[in-house]
Amino acid sequence: MLQVQGLAKYFGRFTALRDLNLTVGPGEFVALFGRNGAGKTTLLRILAGLSRSSSGTVRVQAAGEASPREARGLMGYLSHNTALYLDLTALENLRFYAKLLDLPHRDEDLEERIRRVGLAGRGREPVRNYSRGMQQRLAIARAFMHEPSILLLDEPFTGLDQSGSDFLKSYLKEAHAGGKTCLMAIHDTATGYQLADRMVVIDRGVVALDLSRDGVSLAEFERKYGELAGER
Amino acid sequence: MLAKIWAVYQKDLLLELRTKDSINAMLFFGVVVLVIFNFALEPMRDSIHAAVPGVLWVAFAFAGTLGLNRMFATEKENSCLQGLLMLPTDRGILYIGKMLAASTFMLVTEVVIFVLSLVFFNLSVGSEIPWLFLVFLVGTLGFTAVGTLLSAISANTRMREVLLPLILFPVILPILINAVEATGIILNSSDYGALKLPLTIMAVFTIVFGTLAYLFFEYVLEE
Repeated sequence: MLQVQGLAKYFGRFTALRDLNLTVGPGEFVALFGRNGAGKTTLLRILAGLSRSSSGTVRVQAAGEASPREARGLMGYLSHNTALYLDLTALENLRFYAKLLDLPHRDEDLEERIRRVGLAGRGREPVRNYSRGMQQRLAIARAFMHEPSILLLDEPFTGLDQSGSDFLKSYLKEAHAGGKTCLMAIHDTATGYQLADRMVVIDRGVVALDLSRDGVSLAEFERKYGELAGER
Repeated sequence: MLAKIWAVYQKDLLLELRTKDSINAMLFFGVVVLVIFNFALEPMRDSIHAAVPGVLWVAFAFAGTLGLNRMFATEKENSCLQGLLMLPTDRGILYIGKMLAASTFMLVTEVVIFVLSLVFFNLSVGSEIPWLFLVFLVGTLGFTAVGTLLSAISANTRMREVLLPLILFPVILPILINAVEATGIILNSSDYGALKLPLTIMAVFTIVFGTLAYLFFEYVLEE
């Protein structure tokens, strides 16, 4: 479970988040919407431990309350930046991360991970030669190789073609069905609505709209989201 | 922990072997410094040996700074640093792995620059080589112990290439001064007993700053 209370983040005089409260239950899939600069990425980076909040609290709970390092072990973070070394091969990239995660790093284990993301036979090529879609597939294998229970996703569909997008959707659906908690920042309302249990809109650093998918149609959500944007 | 440090070190070495981005730039810059000093010091050819330790460490320090600037540039590309920071491991291992990789690149550069300096400055060395290697090793570890931390700090700023030398050189002065002195003792007097003081100062500096850098590394990487 993720629980955020009174979260604020300032960059100099710019306020990215102010008094933000949000709870994501175990196994829940929450889609975060909001215009550019609304604070979605800042929120995800704080949750992932990549950035410090100016004030407020973040709680990550699994069996008990987790320390920052334990919390990082429970989470996987995937954004449009793949965090892959372009001059290393796919196998070398995964081997490096597997060693740091204390996971098996024999070639057979790693090749199986590469096969599962649809890149069978391409493991010995430098990542620089991969297309954007292939890099994102490998990024999925890298980010979630330690089987985290919480997936943090920051615009993961950016730059993907139809096939890459379909693959990521089916991966996320499977992860959600497997009980993983997902928090995803996204601009595409249709995809967010299709995948999530809950839609949360962040505006000017606070939660401006929080709707369950069961109680609202896509058209109705888009109208309310549009009205919020129109108020500005 | 050692296996993880080794993984970071091995990855940096492998990337450098593939791209040769740092080593090429460091070697080129170091050789240019040697050539310039060789011409500049030509009129004082008789007393040139006294200037060699200073010339060497100027070349080492400038080349080393170039290498340190690249150290975190590769991690910023494609947000690789973000991937590393998400790992549930002690972030200090990144510091040690990267510091050792930076030291290796710098030592390789130093060996090449030193061999060329033998030709440029007409030096001959034999029994001095183990002592010189010890001074180069301790000086380099001191340089990279501070440099790796400051490189991580400057990598998060807009003016990273300019900022690193500005914050590095004032802090690193005790290492450079003692390294020049120790190199001078070896090349010009062969009174190896006199090496004790500069080597001790460099070793203490390396341990103190290395420990502080290890402890603070986690905080400088977060926004």
